[in-house]
Amino acid sequence: MSTTAETIKYKANDFKSTAEPRWCPGCEDYAILKAVQTAMAQIGRPSNEHAVVSGIGCSSRFPYYMGTYGFHTIHGRPLPIATGLKISNPELAVWVVTGDGDGISIGGNHLMHALRRNADITILLFDNRIYGLTKGQYSPTSEKGKINKTAPYGTIEEPADPTGLAIECGASFVAQISATYVKELVNVLVEAYNHKGTSFVHIYQNCYIYNNGAFDGFTERSIRDDNNIKVEHQKPLVFGEKNNKGLVMGYGKLEIVEFEPENVPDSVIIYDETDLSLVRMISDMKFPEFPVPMGVIKRVKSPTFDDAIHEQIESAKTKFKPDLEKLISSGDTWEVK
Amino acid sequence: MAVEKQLEELEMVTVKFAGDSGDGIQITGDQFGNTTAIAGNDFSTFPDFPSEIRAPLGTTYGVSSYQIQFASKDIYTPGDTPDVLVCFNPAALKVNMGTVNKGGIIVVNEDEFVEKNLKKAGFESNPLDPNDTTLQDFRVHKIPITTLTLKALEDMKDFGHADKLRCKNFLALGVVSWLFQRPLEPIEKFLKKKFGKKPPILEANTRVLHAGYNMCDTMEIFPIMYKIPPAKLEPGTYRNINGALATSYGLLAAAEKIELPIVYAGYPITPASEVLHTLAALKQFDVAAIQTEDEIAAVTMALGASYGGSLGITGSSGPGIALKIEAINLAVMTELPLIIFNFMRSGISTGMPTKTEQGDLAMALFGRPSDSHLIVLAPESASDCFWISIEAVRLATKYMTPVMVLSEGFLINASEPWKLPDLDTIPEMKASFRTDPKDYLPYKRNKDTLARDWVRIGTKGLEHTIGGLEKINETGEISQDPENHDLMTRIRAEKVERVQNDIPDLEVLGDKDADLLLVGWGSSIGSMRASAEVIAKSGKKVAIINLRYLNPFPKNLEEILRSYKKVAVVELNLGQLNMIIRSKFMIDTSFLGRVTGQPISVVEMVDFINNELDLLKEH
Repeated sequence: MSTTAETIKYKANDFKSTAEPRWCPGCEDYAILKAVQTAMAQIGRPSNEHAVVSGIGCSSRFPYYMGTYGFHTIHGRPLPIATGLKISNPELAVWVVTGDGDGISIGGNHLMHALRRNADITILLFDNRIYGLTKGQYSPTSEKGKINKTAPYGTIEEPADPTGLAIECGASFVAQISATYVKELVNVLVEAYNHKGTSFVHIYQNCYIYNNGAFDGFTERSIRDDNNIKVEHQKPLVFGEKNNKGLVMGYGKLEIVEFEPENVPDSVIIYDETDLSLVRMISDMKFPEFPVPMGVIKRVKSPTFDDAIHEQIESAKTKFKPDLEKLISSGDTWEVK
Repeated sequence: MAVEKQLEELEMVTVKFAGDSGDGIQITGDQFGNTTAIAGNDFSTFPDFPSEIRAPLGTTYGVSSYQIQFASKDIYTPGDTPDVLVCFNPAALKVNMGTVNKGGIIVVNEDEFVEKNLKKAGFESNPLDPNDTTLQDFRVHKIPITTLTLKALEDMKDFGHADKLRCKNFLALGVVSWLFQRPLEPIEKFLKKKFGKKPPILEANTRVLHAGYNMCDTMEIFPIMYKIPPAKLEPGTYRNINGALATSYGLLAAAEKIELPIVYAGYPITPASEVLHTLAALKQFDVAAIQTEDEIAAVTMALGASYGGSLGITGSSGPGIALKIEAINLAVMTELPLIIFNFMRSGISTGMPTKTEQGDLAMALFGRPSDSHLIVLAPESASDCFWISIEAVRLATKYMTPVMVLSEGFLINASEPWKLPDLDTIPEMKASFRTDPKDYLPYKRNKDTLARDWVRIGTKGLEHTIGGLEKINETGEISQDPENHDLMTRIRAEKVERVQNDIPDLEVLGDKDADLLLVGWGSSIGSMRASAEVIAKSGKKVAIINLRYLNPFPKNLEEILRSYKKVAVVELNLGQLNMIIRSKFMIDTSFLGRVTGQPISVVEMVDFINNELDLLKEH
């Protein structure tokens, strides 16, 4: 299996299956599906070189709609399955589609370990802050106080923060983006694919049926530019509808400053996706006091799990000839005549 | 000058070493087993240890032991009760003295029989006192093992006191080696290999080993020494093997034959970890041995590898297997060749982790949601683990189905002589990956095996999606059609049933023309074979069958069952195989089942057989 790099130009449709998607009308999973197919076309590898592994939940139906290889597995377990697949087929581009329930709740343990192991796979976590497939129970990312089927008096739990979690688990690539930013989503997906190691992409995805408008505070068109910030390596942390706001370093914490769009002050931080202190401060910003960061938040070079496994196998082969006959007759033997 | 000693020849002997779990009992037993092997005896071992790594010193619950039976003839079990017991402390004596044969030899480390230790072990008086009657039925030999060890190492000034004490097991090993006229060279070789880089430890252990041996040669500790002539084993090259090694080597042999890499994923658990340890050190055979974050990750990582086109294997024991069930059902549903080793241990929940049992048969057959069928195999001995591993790989890949191997804690640790196999006799197997995109459908099946095609993920033109949802036969498209689900459920069952055409017929062991047939599986077969010999010596007859294939059963099982007047099932549980045989074939059976954490004793089984034979006579 080799990458056909030369002349073939792929289109998003080359990565579509014949199955008709069965998500609810208005579901943002459609937008993500299209974005993944567009990203794959840009990546330029044929459909047989991609495999999409998912767990259980609305988002996990994803592989059925892809013209690539796909494995719709069981609840919470797509990560170890994808890791096993990557170890077995190192050349394959392995994608994981999971959700806030699948990835943070039932599969939370695997997420933590997948991120620290750093196998070369790309994780897309669709976060709609609700259990959709089971019809509207609160999820680990549901905001405190949300009223729903299993919390008729409001949830009493603090929500989990997937991006912060990923950073603290030692992920080598963490991005966060809303499904409503189609172009940026495609870019983030391509960057995530290009990163060697585990890439974690936290995608805000609106559930039209059970949690509509969950992210309106920072994704609704008329107000979104004042409420989220595009982070980009080596670029100043500027946001606002008029590009008139920026983040500066205050006393041990970030502060927002306002300025004339043409005169960005020197004090505005130039973002560094490899600086863990800065990465943590950005991911720790609480909405609505601060804008929600969008883009690649963390990217560092780190050896991958799959490479390390194969390196150890190869190194063992140079030290010890794999001779089964010799192995079996090792130790003390004796002859019976 | 050496005193003249009597030499007595014996056919078989059982020796047991017992002491604190930190006394080096297992290493002593292993080394004695090794010299026994080299002396040409057939043997079988039973290491038995507490689940505490270093239980408080001198306590009865901290006693670790190693039993070995060796003989000049074929043997099948580690022996019921020891002829010789070597005790390193009073607690070891307290726990084990009840099992020693009357007239048997008990060797004790006299130094440890002080008031504090006696009290800890629960002795009200010192059983070594001349007037004490506790040990009157035995030939007791008091040896100050600790004192002699320190004495032998007196001039090694730079060698610490605690280090010296740690050598005392090798003094005892020297004593027992003399008693049975075993050579010391293999033990010396082992010590050189283990401690070659630590000269003082090598020197000290070698010295006390000889001290123990020479002391017996010189002094009149034992009036008699024993000789067990070599067994008449089939000619060939032999080695000592335990189940963990045999399982691992079998997997390597199968992988080499089928030309696939191994991905073995496991989570640490007693007693399954041994196989993960072994494979982790054999990476040169294209083995990725991975310790995962939990049991579910282990089985799913293995399944991901199977999906990709490698040999995906996982191993665990009761509590871990329970966690893997949902993922095993995904393998059943997606019809992928996953291999699951269940090294069964004793009891529900945590139970008795270091003890053995055969309690997971019903779980293997029925313990998953819905009608879920997979192949179930069981090795009968440590060396049979090699062949069962190979068979698991062959069947899983040919039939595209999970295989569960019901192995046992006892088999993992037990060792026996093993005639090195001719690797050319390993059955042919081939992973025939689909590459042709023409008319490819993910659930189109081979007409004979009903297996769907295995596709190496990445192959051009075969892109498809599989998953846990029910799918239409052949096309693999997801479907909730009622008739289709009924059809698919039946196909999945029939696929496993068709394995019957691919496995050998059962062979009746023991006396074929007996009236009574014993049916067993796994390690119980050892006790059954030994019991059948005892029965035959008494002029009576019993036949045996060994179910290495538990699902599906061999084709001729029913015919054999119906050709005997009486069928009795023997297993280490309260009647799981028994229930299946009764319900499947609607025949009456008798039953012998024990859940003591140990193999069934030959004495108990012989009593059971005699009783069954008497009942038959009355009819």
